[in-house]
Amino acid sequence: MASSMISSALPFLILAATPVIVMLLIAHRRDHRRTASVTAAGLVASLAAILLARSAGTATLTPLFLIDGYTLFFLFLILASTLAVLLLSYSYLERMHDGPYDEYYLLLLLTALGAAALLASLHFAAFFLGLETLSLGLIGLIAYPRQRERALEAGLKYLILTGVSSAFLLFGMALIYLDYGTMSFPALGRLWDASPASDIYAYAGFALLLTGIGFKLSLVPFHMWAPDIYEGAPAPVTSLVAVVSKIAIFALLFRFFVLLDGYRSPSLLWVLSLIAILSMLAGNLLALLQDNLKRIFAYASISHVGYVLVALLAGSATAFAAALTYLAAYAVTMTGVFGIITLLSQPGTLHDADRLETYRGLMWERPWLAGAFTVMLLSLAGLPPTMGFIAEVYVIAAGVGAYLALPLAALIIGSAIGLYYYLRIIVVMLSPATGRAALPARARLGAATVSVLLVLLVWLGVYPAPMIAGIQQTVASLSFVPTSTRNASDIFAPQHKPPVKALAASKARDRNMFNF
Amino acid sequence: MMLLWLILIPFLGGILAWAFRGPHADAPRWVSIAALALDLPVLALACRAPSGAWLGRLNLPWIPQLGINFELGLDGLSLLLVLLTLLLGIVSVIISWTEITERTGFFHFNLMMSLTGTIAVFLALDLFLFFFAWEVMLVPMYFLIALWGHERRIYAAIKFFLFTQGSGLLMLVAILALAFVHQAKTGVFTFDYFALLGTPMAWSTEFWIMLGFFIAFAVKLAAVPFHSWLPDAHTEAPTAGSVILAGVLLKTGAYGLLRFAVPLFPHAATAFAPTAMALGVIAIIYGALLAFAQADFKRLVAYSSISHLGFVLLGIYAWNALALQGVVVQMLAHGISTGALFILAGALQERLHTRNFAQLGGLWASLPRLSSLGLFFAIASLGLPGLGNFIGEFLVLLGTWQRHPVFAVIGAFGTVTAAAYALLLVQRAFHGQPRKIEAPDLRARHIAVMAGLAAAIIWLGVSPQPVVDTAAPSLAALRASAVTLGPGAP
Repeated sequence: MASSMISSALPFLILAATPVIVMLLIAHRRDHRRTASVTAAGLVASLAAILLARSAGTATLTPLFLIDGYTLFFLFLILASTLAVLLLSYSYLERMHDGPYDEYYLLLLLTALGAAALLASLHFAAFFLGLETLSLGLIGLIAYPRQRERALEAGLKYLILTGVSSAFLLFGMALIYLDYGTMSFPALGRLWDASPASDIYAYAGFALLLTGIGFKLSLVPFHMWAPDIYEGAPAPVTSLVAVVSKIAIFALLFRFFVLLDGYRSPSLLWVLSLIAILSMLAGNLLALLQDNLKRIFAYASISHVGYVLVALLAGSATAFAAALTYLAAYAVTMTGVFGIITLLSQPGTLHDADRLETYRGLMWERPWLAGAFTVMLLSLAGLPPTMGFIAEVYVIAAGVGAYLALPLAALIIGSAIGLYYYLRIIVVMLSPATGRAALPARARLGAATVSVLLVLLVWLGVYPAPMIAGIQQTVASLSFVPTSTRNASDIFAPQHKPPVKALAASKARDRNMFNF
Repeated sequence: MMLLWLILIPFLGGILAWAFRGPHADAPRWVSIAALALDLPVLALACRAPSGAWLGRLNLPWIPQLGINFELGLDGLSLLLVLLTLLLGIVSVIISWTEITERTGFFHFNLMMSLTGTIAVFLALDLFLFFFAWEVMLVPMYFLIALWGHERRIYAAIKFFLFTQGSGLLMLVAILALAFVHQAKTGVFTFDYFALLGTPMAWSTEFWIMLGFFIAFAVKLAAVPFHSWLPDAHTEAPTAGSVILAGVLLKTGAYGLLRFAVPLFPHAATAFAPTAMALGVIAIIYGALLAFAQADFKRLVAYSSISHLGFVLLGIYAWNALALQGVVVQMLAHGISTGALFILAGALQERLHTRNFAQLGGLWASLPRLSSLGLFFAIASLGLPGLGNFIGEFLVLLGTWQRHPVFAVIGAFGTVTAAAYALLLVQRAFHGQPRKIEAPDLRARHIAVMAGLAAAIIWLGVSPQPVVDTAAPSLAALRASAVTLGPGAP
C-alpha cells in the first residue's frame, strides 16, 4: 500500500525536490548551462515517473490530493510543455546578455509545481495552495527581463490582478464553507445532493468562485488583462501563461464541476454557457482588431478556452475525452506558436518579434520556420491535417451529442471569424519580403523543439487513433466521470425524444433547457 | 490499394514539386505533370475489381475508436469526375507555364494538394474522411488565389474561404448529428456511408440534417442565394486557379448532393425537391442575366458558370434517369468549356493586361487563333447541338419535364439568355473595329491544350453514350437508395 502510494506520488515528489536541488546548486555556483540541465533532468525524471504512477493506479494522498489517470494525463501535458518552454528559453536567455539566468529555472519549476498541485487537488486548501504557487512563479517570470519596461508593467499588472482574483476565490470558498461546513469537493457534492444550494451564501460563494476562475482563465468578461500580460511577458513565458496555467485551472474547474455535479443547477449551466459563448465570440472578434501577434494569440486563447467549455457543458464521457484531446492539441499548438515567436525574438531589444510586419516574407527567408508556423496556425484554425482539426471535430461531436445548440452556433461562428486572422498572418508571411531588421541567429535547441512539436501536430492530426484510444482508456478509468451520455436521437425533434436513461428525472428536466 | 495510390501519387507529386523548386523553375511543372499522368493508368487499374455498381473499394481502419474508417470507393460517377480532375489538372499546369514564373514550387505544391483533396472527395465513402478531404481542398486553393491572383485577390480569397469554411462547419455538425442519430437507433457509432444509408429518423430531424448538407453543397455549387463568393474568386484567381475552381471544385458540390444529400435523406429531399429545383431555375436565369451585364471577361464567364450549374441543381432534384444522365454530361461539359474560356481570358490578360471589354474588341485580325477558339467555346457554352453542353442541358430539361413541366419551361429560357451573353462575349471581345495588337497569337502549347479540350467537347456532344453508360450503374444505385424521389412522386 505504502509503496504504491509512493509510486503514485513519485512524479510530484520529484517535481517538488528539483527546485530544492536547483536552489542548492545555484548557491554553490552560478552556471546557466548546469542549472538548465538539472532542471530539464528533473522534469524528464518526473515525466518518466508518470509511467510508474500510471501502473500504480488511483491514490488519494491525504484528503487534499487525488492522483488518478486524469491528474496524470494533465501532469504529462504540463511537464512536457514546461520542458519545451525550458528548451526554448535557454537560447533566449543566452541572447538576453543580462544575467543572472539561474533564478528563471527556479521560477519555472515553481510554476510547474503549482500547476501540478492544482491538477491533483480535491479540496479548496489544495486548490488555493496550487494556485498561489503557480501565480507567484509566473509573476517573477513575466517581469524577468528587467530592462524592458513593458515586462515590468505586465508583471505588476499580473500581480495585482492575481491578488484580486485570489481574494474573490478566497471569499467564495469562505462563503461555501459557511454554508456546508466542508472544503472537500466530494463532500460538497454529497452535501449538495442532500440539500441543493438554495440560500444566498452558497450562491454568492459560487458566483465569487466562478469570477475568480474566470479571471484566471481570462474568460469574457474577465479577460481584459490577458492581452497586456501576453504582450509584455517574454515570449517563452507567454507560452506558460497561455498553456500551463490555463490547462491546470481548466482541469481543476472541470473536475470540480463534475464532482459537484453542477449539471443539476440550471442557473450555473446558463452562466457557464453565457461565458463560453461570449468568450468564443468576443475572443475571436477582438483578435480581428489586433496587429500584434501576442495580442492576437491572447484573444485566440480566450476563444479556445471557450471551445473547451463547450465540452465541459456537455459533461458526458465523450465530452471528457474531447476536452482532453482538445487541451492536448492546444498545448502542442500554443507552445509551438510561442516557440516560433521566441526563436524570432531578440531578447536584448525592447519587445519580442510580435509585430505582424516582422513576419512579412518570412516564407522566403526561413521557409521551414514559416512552414511550421503555417501548420500551427492551421491547427489553431481547426483545419486538417493537424491535431487542431481532430480536436475541434471531437468537441463539436461532444456538443452535438448533448444538444448544445447555442454554444455550438457560437463555436461555428467564432471559428469562422477566427479563420480570418489566422489566414491573415499566413498571407503576410507569404507576401514578398520588404526591408526589415535582420532575424536572430538560428537556435539549434529551440528549432529542434519546434520541429518535434510540428511532427506531433501533423502525425497526431493524420493518425490520431493511438492518442484517442489512450484518452478514452483514461476517461473510462475515472471514477467521477458520468458513464451515461445524454441520449442523442432525433436531435431536432424533441417530441420524439426518448427518456434520458440513467439520469434522475429532475436532472433531465434541468438540462432540457438546452434542447431545441 | 490502387485507390490509395490514386490519392497518394498527386500528394507525393506536390511535395516533390516543392522539393524540386531549386534546380530549375520548370522542374515543379514537369514533376506535377508526371504525377498527374501517372495517376491515369492507376485510375485504369483501380477499376479492375468491380462489384455491383462499384469498380473498386478500399477499407482500412483509421480511427476505430470513433467509428472512422479510411474507406474509399470508385464507381462510374467518381471515375468520370476523377478523370476530369486529372485532365484539367494537367491542363492547368501547362497553361500556367508562362503565367506563373514566381515561386513555381509552392504554386504547384498548392495546385497538387488541391487536386489531391478533390480526388479524395470524389472517392471518400466515410463521412469523416469526406469532410477531411473537403477541408483539405480549401487551404491550397486559398493560397492560389491569395498569392497569385489579380488585383483584389486577398478580398476574394478570404470571401471564398469564409463562405466554404462556414458552410463546411455546418455540414460537420450535420454529419455528427447523423452519426449520433444512427447510434441512438442502432447502438453503433459510425461514419460509414453504407451503414448510414437508410437510417430511420423523425421527419423534422431528417429535414434539418439534410439542410446542413444541402447548404454546404449549395455554397460549393454556387447556387443562387449562396453564390456571391464565386464571381470574385473566379475573377481574381490565376488562370489555373479559375480552371480548377470552375472545372473541378464546383463539381464537388454537385457530387455531394448526388452521393450524400439526396440518398441519405430521401424523404426530406423529396419534400425539398421543388424548392431546390426552383433555386436551380433561379440560378439559370439570374446567372445568365448577370453574365449579360458584365464588363469583365472573367466575370462574365463566372456568372455563366452560375447559370450552367443551375441546370445541374435542377437535374439533381428532378432525380430521374434522364435528368441525372444530363447532370453528369453537363458537369463534364461545363468543366471543359468554362475551363477553356478561363484559359482564353488568362491568355488575353497575359497579352493585353486587361479583361475589360471596353479595352478589348477587334482582336480577330491580330489574334485569329485565340479569337476563333473563343468563338468555338462561347458557342459550346451557349449549348449548340453537337457540342457537349447541349446534351447535358437537353437531358436535364427532358428529365425535369417529366417531373415539373413548369421548371423545365422556365429553365429552357436559360438557353436563350445563354445565346445572348455568349454571343455578346464574342462580339465585344473579338469583333469590332480591327485593331493592331503588338502581341503574339496563341503559342503551340496553348493550341495543343485547346485542341484537346475542343475535341473532348465535340466528342461529348456527338457521342455521349460511353459517358452515359459509365455513369449509368452508379446513378441507378443512387436512385435505388432514394427511390421515393423517382418519377411519379410528388
